[in-house]
Amino acid sequence: MSTHFQEDEILGKAYDARLMRRLLGYLRPYRWAVIGSILLLLLNAGADLLGPYFVKVAIDRYMTQGDLAGVARIAVFYLGALLAAFAFRYAQNFITQVVGQRVTYDLRMALFAHLQRLAVAFFTRSPVGRLMTRITNDVDTLYEMVTSGVVTVVGDLFMLTGIVIAMLLLDWRLAVVAFLVLPGLVYATFGFQVRMRESYRAVRVRIARINAYLNENIMGMPVAQLFNRGAKNFRRFDELNRDHLDSNLEAVRYMALFFPLVGFFGAVATALLIWYGGGQVVRGVVTLGLLVAMLQYTERFFRPIQDLAEKYNVLQAAMASSERIFRVLDEPVTVEDPPDPVPLARVRGEVEFRDVWFAYDDAPASGNGAAEWVLKGVSFRIPPGESVAVVGHTGAGKTSIINLISRFHDPQRGQVLVDGGDVRAYRQRDLRRCVGLVLQDVFLFSGTIASNIRLGDDEISDDAIRRAAEFVNAHRFIERLPQGYATNVVERGATLSAGQRQLIAFARALAHNPEILLVLDEATSSVDTETEILIQDALRKVLKDRTSIIIAHRLSTIQNVSRILVMHKGRLVEEGTHRELLARGGIYTKLYELQYRDQELRPRGESRHA
Amino acid sequence: MSPRLRAYILRHRRAYAAGYLLSVASSLLLMVNPIIMREAVDGIRRSVSLGRLTFYALALVAVHLFVVVLRYYWRTSIFGAARQIEYEMRNDYFGHLQRMHLGYFQHTRTGDLMARAVNDLNTVQRFLGPGLMHGFGTIVMFFISVVFMLAVDVRLTIVMLIILPLVSLTFIALAPRIHAQFEAVQDQFSAISAKAQENFSGIRVVKAFAQEPHETAAFAELNREYIRRNLGVIKTSGALWPLIDLFLGLAAVMLLWQGGQAVITGRITLGQFVQFTAYLGLLAWPMIALGWVVNLMQRGLASMKRLDEVFGQKPKITDAPDAPPLPVLRGEVEFRNVTFAYDQTPVLHDISLRIPAGATVAVVGPTGSGKSTLVSLIPRLFDVSAGQVLIDGQDVRRVRLEDLRAHVGFVPQDTFLFSDTLRENIGYGLAAAAEGVVREAAGIAALDRDVAEFPRGYDTLVGERGVTLSGGQKQRTAIARAVARDPRILILDDALSSVDTNTEELILSGLRGVLRTRTAIIISHRVSTVRHADLIVVLAEGRIAEQGTHDDLLVAGGLYADLYRKQLLEEALEKADMDLERA
Repeated sequence: MSTHFQEDEILGKAYDARLMRRLLGYLRPYRWAVIGSILLLLLNAGADLLGPYFVKVAIDRYMTQGDLAGVARIAVFYLGALLAAFAFRYAQNFITQVVGQRVTYDLRMALFAHLQRLAVAFFTRSPVGRLMTRITNDVDTLYEMVTSGVVTVVGDLFMLTGIVIAMLLLDWRLAVVAFLVLPGLVYATFGFQVRMRESYRAVRVRIARINAYLNENIMGMPVAQLFNRGAKNFRRFDELNRDHLDSNLEAVRYMALFFPLVGFFGAVATALLIWYGGGQVVRGVVTLGLLVAMLQYTERFFRPIQDLAEKYNVLQAAMASSERIFRVLDEPVTVEDPPDPVPLARVRGEVEFRDVWFAYDDAPASGNGAAEWVLKGVSFRIPPGESVAVVGHTGAGKTSIINLISRFHDPQRGQVLVDGGDVRAYRQRDLRRCVGLVLQDVFLFSGTIASNIRLGDDEISDDAIRRAAEFVNAHRFIERLPQGYATNVVERGATLSAGQRQLIAFARALAHNPEILLVLDEATSSVDTETEILIQDALRKVLKDRTSIIIAHRLSTIQNVSRILVMHKGRLVEEGTHRELLARGGIYTKLYELQYRDQELRPRGESRHA
Repeated sequence: MSPRLRAYILRHRRAYAAGYLLSVASSLLLMVNPIIMREAVDGIRRSVSLGRLTFYALALVAVHLFVVVLRYYWRTSIFGAARQIEYEMRNDYFGHLQRMHLGYFQHTRTGDLMARAVNDLNTVQRFLGPGLMHGFGTIVMFFISVVFMLAVDVRLTIVMLIILPLVSLTFIALAPRIHAQFEAVQDQFSAISAKAQENFSGIRVVKAFAQEPHETAAFAELNREYIRRNLGVIKTSGALWPLIDLFLGLAAVMLLWQGGQAVITGRITLGQFVQFTAYLGLLAWPMIALGWVVNLMQRGLASMKRLDEVFGQKPKITDAPDAPPLPVLRGEVEFRNVTFAYDQTPVLHDISLRIPAGATVAVVGPTGSGKSTLVSLIPRLFDVSAGQVLIDGQDVRRVRLEDLRAHVGFVPQDTFLFSDTLRENIGYGLAAAAEGVVREAAGIAALDRDVAEFPRGYDTLVGERGVTLSGGQKQRTAIARAVARDPRILILDDALSSVDTNTEELILSGLRGVLRTRTAIIISHRVSTVRHADLIVVLAEGRIAEQGTHDDLLVAGGLYADLYRKQLLEEALEKADMDLERA
């Protein structure tokens, strides 16, 4: 949360040609709609500007001449112009908004699709909250820019130009006199905008400070209370708060001066027209109606000028957002499919590590500093159909083995091979189709139980789902749920027990029937005895006749597999069956004592090891 | 209206009263200019002298100058009051939270408390400022204009009074619809957010099962629905401003038609027609603002309700009304039949334990056995459900909180440091962070050498804007922070878990001197940390399972002995690693 408050402070330029060009690229598919919208803006400006002219005609031609029917006629024309302006404006707004929606959609999908291609490493490094802001708020800011930024700027310019032309056409001398207030007005408006911008920035920075402080204090309230910081922290908060108040009051004063000032310029323009224009009327150079029309035109000057000045903020925010969005879009795809992937049709299921060196950050590759190697020259081969357990103390590198086979990461040195081919030679989708993964902390998506087993693979029939669930002992509890397989999973499966979630994960893996199965079966929180027996049974069944690598936590598992790989601090140190390794009395023996022996002493399944 | 809000407003009644007076005055003054214009136009028709015209022009400018002054003070007094109230309310909010007990914060999401402080307070401020200003201003303006319009021509005024309310009605009619449609859009937006969040958090599963195309399709579907719902808003809200313009235009058309005829028939002069037009211009904004103001008020009051919910919460852990000040403390701590339940979930059962002043007691036990809860009862982060916690024989609930906590140095399990300098963090519990004390505390916590390596030493900023400390450095800072207060009772809640064994040894030997004269309670998972304690208490499932010295407990062969055996194995594994590295 605190990062969010801080990011708000960063606002850069309001216009950046490079960013703008890139943004406009997203508008290209809708250029005809945009052109149509601009045409409608022109028409709207035209219809809107007819009003004062009608007033002139009404006064000069009918009111002073006593033509009652004429006044009625001109009123009808006026009404027509109003209705036309209404229609143009509504249509224009509709088109603009729809274009804005579509552009937002395109951009959001581009972001999402790109994120799907990025490696897992990117997600480990980027907080989810920040990515969320990119895809939600930042994209919306751009919508704002398209709809109320670019288009209204054009509209305001049309309107201003239209008024100037209309006034010059009516009488250029009067027009020029009225324009005398323009420099003052423009100066005041834009000068005010600059002040306001600074003022608002000051306010924003201060409110961000307040919020960061408040946020920190809420989170650290126990510490603050334990250390008797009540009065001191309150004084600090009061300081920040007062700072904010002061800059707000400054903004209030600018605002309070600006709006009446705009009205004042209007009064001056009116005064000038009455003084000079009135004289012209008296001298018979222009008509009274023309003077009244001029007075009305000057009134319409103010809205577009004010609008234009305000657009700066919209543009500035949009530029900042687009910069952040493009930074994500420009994030290189590090784990990529090869240009000509090797087909992976019928998989036997052989896995081999050949002198694999791996570190999570890339520093070791460049060779500087003490490398944080997680795997150091690991080599092993698992023939098709064999089940192998990997054991080791925390930080031994067990999970990394799984991450490399699934190609969540690529090793810096050495090779990971599936069926004799480097995993980097296959398409990621093909590879992952044949590699199933069961994570300890089962991730359930919003949807039903069935959709969580099936995931996106529509080829898996309801029947297959049921068979898979039956096979892994999940069918019984699923059936007892209110809507069975159609029961909705709420809050990531919070209503299901840890054991039940794990059974669903097995069903999920089994339904997809992978040739190679990776199971991350690390320390589990308490699972009741009955479920534990079900899980152990399910695990045994899914491992059968399938190449499997299990990061084992359960004693029953390590006793059942044909081979155990003992990892220690990134190295493969021992290898063999449970009995062989125990007999050797090496690291495995100690690990066994530490992690597994308790399970023998306790009744089956009541593993509460932390 | 919430009584709390009314009290805030009443406290600033002078500013509001002044603002409203200025509002009336400036509205009246604004009525003068159209009269001058009438005189001018009628004068022009009669071909008055240029001098007369100059007079009119100067009068227009002069009157408006007054308007500028009045409106300036009108706005500053009311907006100023609103900002002042916002300031007061924010301080009160913070002060209120400071008094709330820990349990409250565990039940309330930080994000929710923040949202109220940020969004709701802002909405209330907008009600107090623009809401109350325009609420009064528009009504005043409306009535005054109508009176002046009536003075010109009754029939025209009636026509205007038929058309103009359409402007406000448009707003009032469309606003709820737009609001409802907008909510539907927001719901969909939440669905999009939720989907994105789920995808990003579960990216491993997504990739493991090659779900990217499926996920992208699902996301696209949600976004299409989002567009569809947005179209509803666009259709309705897109009509709002054009409609308002249309009705205002309609008023102008009616004026031209009816007013034009009135001029021709001689009921009014052309000048009066122009005057009337000017009044219409002055009325446009208030008619629009009326609907807006209604909206501001509704939302402001709803937000105030949400703020009141927080203000209405009573702090549960407070000073007893007649709590005596705490004299110098010896530091004896006693738990007498203490039972504690957290939301009806029992955590501690009937714990009795006496810790003599100056003793060092270690608490060990599996996760969830109630160790942290036990020690958090001493500085009253929580109060017992039954039984008593006593220091020097006095129930902690009978002592002034501030005194009690001043004597306790607490190092919590989750280290929380503030984004400030190291010096401020270490001296967090001191009136002023004296250099000597800070350095000494850092020395005891074995932090001094780390600090020496930071370019800015004790002035190094901690947290996102400064250096990122390692877990061990954070813990050591928290230890230094507790030690710096020179407490009678020092509590370390698993405070050495992130430091390596060598540093642990360093800290323990540093602490040994400090602990000689102080009571200490140390929670740890490591035997090395606790083996030298005067007493080791083993907690299991909220009860004391065994207690004694290191040697006693090893002989007993219970949970502690088991823990010790495992620790030895860990050490052996650690050593095996070193052998490997050498090989």
